[in-house]
Amino acid sequence: MVLSILHRMTGLFLALGLCALVYWLLSAAAGESAYGQAAWLLRGGLFRALLYAWLASFCYHFLNGLRHLAWDAGFGLERAHARRSGRLVVVLALVAFLIAAWVLFFPRAGAP
Amino acid sequence: MSLRSPLAVVLGRGAAGEGAAHWWAQRASALALVPLTLWFVVALARLPLDDYVAVTLWMSNGANPLWLALLVVVLCFHSRLGVQVVIEDYVHGAGLKIMALLLNSAAHLLLATAGLYALLRVALRGLS
Repeated sequence: MVLSILHRMTGLFLALGLCALVYWLLSAAAGESAYGQAAWLLRGGLFRALLYAWLASFCYHFLNGLRHLAWDAGFGLERAHARRSGRLVVVLALVAFLIAAWVLFFPRAGAP
Repeated sequence: MSLRSPLAVVLGRGAAGEGAAHWWAQRASALALVPLTLWFVVALARLPLDDYVAVTLWMSNGANPLWLALLVVVLCFHSRLGVQVVIEDYVHGAGLKIMALLLNSAAHLLLATAGLYALLRVALRGLS
């Protein structure tokens, strides 16, 4: 199914995001100028696009992960149920992404 | 000589040679990441991310270093297990597969160690 392969793809992509998270932490440990450089880099065009993509991937992977956990606990396994929860996850992920992107990227000018 | 019957050996291990341990670890870490990642995203949204002093103060404040360390470790653990499954499914050829699995483990171990080192350095700087 499309949503299942999407879970894997977003998961792989988020694994790359781990590198960015660790880079951010290391820059904070290295000092003010290194942190400023990292913040500048992460704010730039390419990384900004990547951050949006990571946020969207996280929203989907998180919500679809909850769906998988529910399945593992034995809930919602009927075909009609699974279809409905799949659509719900896609809609909720989109809403969560828009809200999170708005809160994280827009109110403070220049925030990465 | 083993005293376990062939059937018990088969039932206890499965095709990967490790039974259901991987499956459980993946689910348990996923469950742990639900509150941890939510906490992290909310915290990021409230932080002035351009402000070095504010960010490092937050990183070393109260129980934050503990939650951040837990986040980094569990993220790396969960990520390693997930990438491992993808490698097992899509990388073929025994040699290449083992190389990829080793590389996956090493990379995630390195990320976890580097993350913990950074957090420790930020947290301890406040004390010195």
